[in-house]
Amino acid sequence: MSSADFLIQGVIKALELIFSLNPYILSITGVSIQVSGTATILATLTAIPLAFAISFMHFRGKQGLITLVNTGMGLPPVFVGLFVFLMIVPVGPAGFLNIVYTRKAMILAQYILITPLITGISLSAIKAVPRSIIETVFTLGGTQKDAVIETLKEARFGIITAVLAGLGRALAEVGAILIVGGNIARTGSVGGIGEGLSETRTLTTAITSETSKGDISTSIALGFILICLVLGVNILANFFQRRE
Amino acid sequence: MEELIRVENLQKVFGEKEVLRNIDLKILKGEIFAFIGPSGAGKTTLLRLLNFFEIPEKGNIRFRGMNSDIINIRRRMSLLFQTPAIFNNSVFENVAYGLKVRGIDKKIIDKKVGDALNIVGLPGIEKQNARTLSGGEAQRMAFARAIVYDPQVLLLDEPTANLDPANVMKIEEIIKRIRNERGTTIVLATHNIPQVRRIADRVGILLNGELIEVNSKVGIFSKPRDARSEAFINGEMIY
Ligand SMILES: Nc1ncnc2c1ncn2[C@@H]1O[C@H](COP(=O)(O)OP(=O)(O)O)[C@@H](O)[C@H]1O
Ligand SMILES: [Mg+2]
Repeated sequence: MSSADFLIQGVIKALELIFSLNPYILSITGVSIQVSGTATILATLTAIPLAFAISFMHFRGKQGLITLVNTGMGLPPVFVGLFVFLMIVPVGPAGFLNIVYTRKAMILAQYILITPLITGISLSAIKAVPRSIIETVFTLGGTQKDAVIETLKEARFGIITAVLAGLGRALAEVGAILIVGGNIARTGSVGGIGEGLSETRTLTTAITSETSKGDISTSIALGFILICLVLGVNILANFFQRRE
Repeated sequence: MEELIRVENLQKVFGEKEVLRNIDLKILKGEIFAFIGPSGAGKTTLLRLLNFFEIPEKGNIRFRGMNSDIINIRRRMSLLFQTPAIFNNSVFENVAYGLKVRGIDKKIIDKKVGDALNIVGLPGIEKQNARTLSGGEAQRMAFARAIVYDPQVLLLDEPTANLDPANVMKIEEIIKRIRNERGTTIVLATHNIPQVRRIADRVGILLNGELIEVNSKVGIFSKPRDARSEAFINGEMIY
C-alpha cells in the first residue's frame, strides 16, 4: 500500500465513522464540548466582572492582579494540568474533593487556563472604549452603574471575541486535561473501534492515544471534528471582531 | 437677576502647571455667559470644574448654594463637549439617554426626544444609527441630547468650532431659542469673537488661566477695563 492509499483509506474510513454517527466518536465529542463549554461559561462569569472591577474600581492588590492576569494568559496548559493535579491528588491540599480523573477536574483545569485569557482580552476591549463615552454618561446624569452598562454595550463585540478565544483555547488544549482527566474511556467496545464510551476522553486527548495505537482513521475523524469546532469558533470570533 | 453659580478663588493644577488661578465669578440665572480666550487658556478645564468633573486644588464652586451631592447637582446641568461622543446606537437611544438614567416614563421620553430633535432641526430621525450622522448633524443631535431633560444650566465647550457657517448659524439660533423659550442659563466657551458679539449677554476673558476681565458684552466691546482684553478682542494678541 502506497502512502497515498494509506491516507485515502484513512480519510474514507474516518468519514464513514463520522457520518454513521459512531457512538465512540460521538461520546468523545460530547465530553469535549461539555468540559470546554462548562469551563468557558464559568470562566466568563468570573472574567467579565473581574475585568470591570479592574477597569472601574480602585482596590489594594490591583496591580498584582493585572500582573497575574497577564502571566496567566500565556501559561502552558501542561503546567496548569500539573498544578491542578498536585492540588487534587488524594494527598494534596484539595484532595478531599476527590475529583482526580473526572470531568470536574478537567473543567477546573480549563477554567484556570482560560479565565486569565478572557479577562485579558476583555480588559483591552474595555480599555478601547473612549474615555469620552464614559464622561458623556456622567454629564448626562448617569451613575457609575450606568457607566459600566454603557461600557459593556460599547465593548460587547470585543468581549464576545474574548469568550470565543477562551472557548477555542479550551477545545484545542490537550496538556491540562490529559494530566487531570486521564483520557479514560469505559471498558468494552462500541461501534467496532477503540474502547467503550468516553468518560474523560476528549477530541484532543483521544487523538494522541488513537494515533499512538495506530488507529489512523479514528484519529482523522476526531481531528476533522476538532478542526470544524475550532474553525467554527474562530469564524464566529472573526465575525464579531469585524463588527467592532 | 438671581445668582445661580458662584465660583470663589478657584485654582486648578495639572502636574506642575497651574491651569487656572484665582477665578472669582458669578453666573446669573437665564443669562448667556461666554468665556473667551485663546486655546490653552483653560476654558475647557473651567467648564469641567463647573460640571464637577474635576476637583479644584483651591477654592470652591456652589450651584444654588450647594457644593455636595454632586450627582444631584450634575443632573441639573448639562455639559456639551467640543467633540461629542456618540453612543453606538440609534439617535433615539442617544437623545433619550439622560431621561432613561433618570427613570422617566416611556411616553414622556418619546415626546421629549421628539421635541428636542425638533428644536435642533432634526425631526424624525429617531431610528437612524447615530454614528452615521454628518459632523453638523452629530453636533446638533448631541445638543438635543444635552437639552432633552431641561437642564437649568447648559455648559457648551466651543459648540461651533468644527462646523461650517450654515451649521454655526443653526447652533447659535438654537442657543438663543433655548434660553428665550426655556430660560436655560448658558455658559459658553469659545474663541470666536464675532459669535460672542452675536449671542452673549456677559463675557469673561480668560488668558493663561486667569480671568482678567468680566464685563457686559457692551462694556467689553466698547470700553474694556484691561488693556489685554482690548488687544485680544481687536485680534492684536499673538497666540
Ligand atoms: N488632564 C490634563 N492633564 C494635564 N494638563 C491638562 C489637562 N487638561 C488640560 N491641561 C492643560 O491645561 C491647559 C488648559 O487647557 P484647556 O482647559 O483645555 O484650555 P482651552 O479649552 O482654553 O483650550 C493646557 O495647557 C492643557 O495642556
Ligand atoms: Mg478647550
